[in-house]
Amino acid sequence: MQLKTANGDVAKLAAPGEIKAGGLSEFLVRDTPVAYAFIGPAFFLLLFLVAYPFVLSLWFSLSDARVGETGRFIGLDNFARLLRSSIFLQTLQNSIVFTAAALTLKTVLGMVLALLLFRLVRFKRLIRGAILLPFIVPTALSTLVWWWMFEPLYSVVNWTLKSLHLVNHDIPWLPDPYLAMFTVVLVNTWRGLPFFAITLLAGLVAIPREMYEAAESDGAGPIGRFWYITVPLLKPVLAVVILFSAIFTLADFNIVYVLTKGGPINMTHLFATYSFALGLQSGEIGQGAAVSLFLFPILLGVVFVQLRLARRAAMYE
Amino acid sequence: MSSRAQRIRPLFTLYMPLAPFIFFALFPLYFMAVTSLKKNAELYDVTTVPFLIRRGVTFGHYQLLSQDTLFWSWFVNSLLVSVAATVISVVIGILAAYPLARLRFPGGDSFGVAIFVTYLVPPSLLFLPLSTVVNRLGLSDSLWALVVTYPTFLVPFCTWLLLGYFRTVPKEIEECAMLDGCNRLQTLLRILLPVAVPGVICSALFAFTLSWNEFLYALVFVSPAELKTMTVGVFSELIRGDIYYWGGLMAGACVGSLPIVIAYVFFLDYYVSGLTAGAVK
Repeated sequence: MQLKTANGDVAKLAAPGEIKAGGLSEFLVRDTPVAYAFIGPAFFLLLFLVAYPFVLSLWFSLSDARVGETGRFIGLDNFARLLRSSIFLQTLQNSIVFTAAALTLKTVLGMVLALLLFRLVRFKRLIRGAILLPFIVPTALSTLVWWWMFEPLYSVVNWTLKSLHLVNHDIPWLPDPYLAMFTVVLVNTWRGLPFFAITLLAGLVAIPREMYEAAESDGAGPIGRFWYITVPLLKPVLAVVILFSAIFTLADFNIVYVLTKGGPINMTHLFATYSFALGLQSGEIGQGAAVSLFLFPILLGVVFVQLRLARRAAMYE
Repeated sequence: MSSRAQRIRPLFTLYMPLAPFIFFALFPLYFMAVTSLKKNAELYDVTTVPFLIRRGVTFGHYQLLSQDTLFWSWFVNSLLVSVAATVISVVIGILAAYPLARLRFPGGDSFGVAIFVTYLVPPSLLFLPLSTVVNRLGLSDSLWALVVTYPTFLVPFCTWLLLGYFRTVPKEIEECAMLDGCNRLQTLLRILLPVAVPGVICSALFAFTLSWNEFLYALVFVSPAELKTMTVGVFSELIRGDIYYWGGLMAGACVGSLPIVIAYVFFLDYYVSGLTAGAVK
């Protein structure tokens, strides 16, 4: 995910005199009107349907807009009200718990899974294909089966636990606030784990075999090889995967909305579901926009770190 | 160590630790299929083993789905929206990726960064203002609302993916074509694209999958039941009050996932390369 365009790496701020490549190919590379014409459709799409809505969102968050009303400017009132609202503070806490738990699980399990998949010789394609499946299937639909699996009366999970005599009563997975959080984290992990495993696997494959052979001849055991070769060399990939997933885990809507709608008693609300509840179900567009804007600083932080990583990688090239 | 021990060892160190992961990944999907084929009497009988079908397979839930609901309308809606959004996004993506990969022009880097940032914007950040925009354009409650808004997350993705592919193609063949009198568009269409076909397939597959799986925009922008897409229709129309048609829900989830699973089986390698293209380069 490095930022490379024909203008050179974003990182390398080229000095004006630096671009003096061969005359002919230099001529072929300069064609500003064509470049703008080609970029035009994408540019206007981003301008009208991403940048403009974003500005609109900023305006909403500073206004008392409701459904069908433009609203007037009220400054930071929405944010002040949110920070005094116990539901919002709960949402904030849920978001942190949800993201931290799901990311940790996905990173640790993803690493283990990637290391296992890496050693596969037989049935490689079949097993990798099976592992990736949860990531491909529509989340809104696959979450329905999780709902059914944790359904209070007919839960297959409870049936199994009872049959194994591990528990003697039905566990209230979704009605209990803490278990509900556990369940949404579990489903998010189920869906996101393949992305971690397959991407980390690609990172593992890219590590030169000689490194391991050298370490082995120096007497490093499997654990030493993992800590001193695999982890450091996998760090860039690991960073990108975790950062990328951090945004989309934090911004998750589908799983929570289908499974719990943010309940019980708001204990699983995330920014997206709470923003949906406020903005569309209660019609408080201003408040809803303010909630979803809390995603933005985190997005900026991730972009910043990604660009820095890309810059560092570009320097090593 | 004897050769027999060497043959058995992976069983314990590799296949046995892998088994729980495979089970975790596949069981929900298996259970989805089993539930959709089970008769209600067995489905709601807490004394039977839920993993198996013992009292005969039924297609009743599928029948209910196709006769008593608008299921096939949702299916067609999803198909129309996904195909249209995919075609639009891949075309715009190809056009945008070409100059980013090949040309130097003022603002090129900024545009690259803008594409990258948009690629990271989750749909849940902008759905509220976008619904206002969709309203003002007069598109709400029509499939056009989705055809127009899906490219906002598909175009950055396709552009990013294709930019990576285009950069792997050597410039020299294009330069020859241009010296022979081809213009930019001809070079792109006749020289670069044929070489970058895997990248185009890959971005089209991902664009189609992301559109088909999309839920939030489809839920917010389109409310008439007959215009809903698959993901929203199955979720919101098959649950009536407190009555859950679990068999029907699972049947809907199965058929709704099927097109993606079929594409996936045929193009597994493209999915894997598309998934890793972003992170490992």
